[in-house]
Amino acid sequence: MKTVFVTVGTTSFDELIESITTSEAVQALKARGYERLVLQVGRGSLLPDADSCPHVRLEAFRYKDSIAEDIKQADLVISHAGAGSCLEALGAGRPLLVVVNDRLMNNHQLELARQLHMDSHLLYCTCSTLTETLRTMDLSVLQPFMPGQPKHFANFLDKALGVQ
Amino acid sequence: MAFLVGAVLVVLLTCLLFLIRLYIVVKSGSNYKPGTKGSVAVLIVAGSGGHTSEILRVMECLSAAYTPRHYVIADTDRMSEEKICTLESFNQHSDSDPQFTICRIPRSREVQQSWSSSVISTLNALRYSLPLVFRLRPDMVLCNGPGTCVPLCVAGLLLGILGMKKVLIVYVESICRVQTLSLTGKILYPISDYFFVQWASLRDKYPKSIFLGRIV
Repeated sequence: MKTVFVTVGTTSFDELIESITTSEAVQALKARGYERLVLQVGRGSLLPDADSCPHVRLEAFRYKDSIAEDIKQADLVISHAGAGSCLEALGAGRPLLVVVNDRLMNNHQLELARQLHMDSHLLYCTCSTLTETLRTMDLSVLQPFMPGQPKHFANFLDKALGVQ
Repeated sequence: MAFLVGAVLVVLLTCLLFLIRLYIVVKSGSNYKPGTKGSVAVLIVAGSGGHTSEILRVMECLSAAYTPRHYVIADTDRMSEEKICTLESFNQHSDSDPQFTICRIPRSREVQQSWSSSVISTLNALRYSLPLVFRLRPDMVLCNGPGTCVPLCVAGLLLGILGMKKVLIVYVESICRVQTLSLTGKILYPISDYFFVQWASLRDKYPKSIFLGRIV
């Protein structure tokens, strides 16, 4: 069953949960062949019931110790723009659609989404453009994402601090 | 009258001395090599959510020489403690006592908190940060952006200014920051000993920063 996994990390992002469960958004997902929608809602106040979306199989939860399995099973990940969530989805090689929360201070998350989008690693949109994006998006343009190199940092620091 | 003049002079002299010490401490970073004594005591600031994930990815690669490791988390943070314990148990090399501790301090600022109340809550966090850093005396403070790190870094700086111990401030700007520094980054950029950015556009804007490519 083609699955969409929605994650907001440790934050609260009710607008995203609302937007993805509207009938228009669900219809757009169905039109693309997605039949299962899993929502990780974090601190948000909306935790939809399993039967609130009649056309897809809906599951919703707040947190798990690890969402690695949910990401692995997803054919599409829709995430807030938090670094951890994005990097986890990209690291697992899943197509990623990032929804930017335009109510955050300075909206710094937009910078990362924009850069990774420019490098063709993800698509991004806002809650108001979510349904339209789901209708028109082309996931085939996405490029694989190479992991970062924390070892370079460790080597640099060892040298700088005189660690043998 | 003379007493008043005398008092003002003393205050001005103290401020001047403080500023000179601050300058010396900030400039002395590159000469300080705590690794030569065998181990480097680290104070790691774990902010919430993504900040913790990023700093732990960085921590994974540090050698066993970085010990003891003192993780500091905000009192309202539920998730970081578990992630830290998981990482530490994974990295444990022998049956000896784990060389890490977890401490909690009041959060400097909640997400979306107003600027004015942020100043007050940061000062409150300083009340806890000072005794903590004075007690732990780390060789280095490692942080990556949550407001929680400002009072801790300031406390480390103060330790140096008072001539008690040089505390290196190592700052790794979050991967989220591509074009602009975070507020914490802007505050700590002038006083950090090692300031890492993860995108070339920031290295160009902040010449003192170190760019090694994407770290996380």
